Amino acid sequence: MKRIALIAVCLIGALLIYGTLDMPDWGDPRSPASLHVSPRYIEKTVEETAVPNMVTSVLADYRGYDTLGETTVIFTAGIACLLLIRRFY
Amino acid sequence: MIAFFEDVIIQTVCRILTPFIQLYGLYVIAHGHYSPGGGFQGGVILGASFILLCLAYDIREVKRRMTEQWNLLFCSIGVIIYSGIGALCLVLGGEYLDYSRLHKILFLDPIEARSMGIFGIEVGVGITVMAVMISIFLNLASEGEHERELE
Repeated sequence: MKRIALIAVCLIGALLIYGTLDMPDWGDPRSPASLHVSPRYIEKTVEETAVPNMVTSVLADYRGYDTLGETTVIFTAGIACLLLIRRFY
Repeated sequence: MIAFFEDVIIQTVCRILTPFIQLYGLYVIAHGHYSPGGGFQGGVILGASFILLCLAYDIREVKRRMTEQWNLLFCSIGVIIYSGIGALCLVLGGEYLDYSRLHKILFLDPIEARSMGIFGIEVGVGITVMAVMISIFLNLASEGEHERELE
């Protein structure tokens, strides 16, 4: 059983590595993300949000839902830790 | 279990450093618009100042400054601030988390209102991260038995 699992893991790993060969090179200026999304953020950040720090504007404004989810994850982690470990007498 | 350990030098240095660490945490949150930083990083620095107090003194000292009830309240308040600002944009006629709608109540132009909206949610994130850090540390350090430290 363990051997089958090992073979399955190796097979899927090889498939995943094969899949990455089709991805654009690291830092490739002609990759789709660099062609449309990044220039839009770089050019319009100060104009649209008046925030000089691009990271902040992308994190909190353009990708606001993502950050809301992250905050909720941290909140959930704290509550889960409290419920699991804390002992109420 | 963190027992009481008395050392004049460590306690004095930590006591003097704590307000400066907290001031720096507030700076990192507030200055996230212009420099690296923001809610997550500043919140962790604020939480670390309380953890430092806990290491230098004991849990009782931390709970005297930040009780468990307040800590849990802060955990929720941060998320409520964030989602509340999003819902406020919804109420003011825009989309969820579309901060430019806040210009109706902030009396700024929409661009500045977006900047202020980003600042508001950073504050919310910072409060939540700070409270959760303290909560997790206290629970792990005392194995969930804060009361035993108080006896």
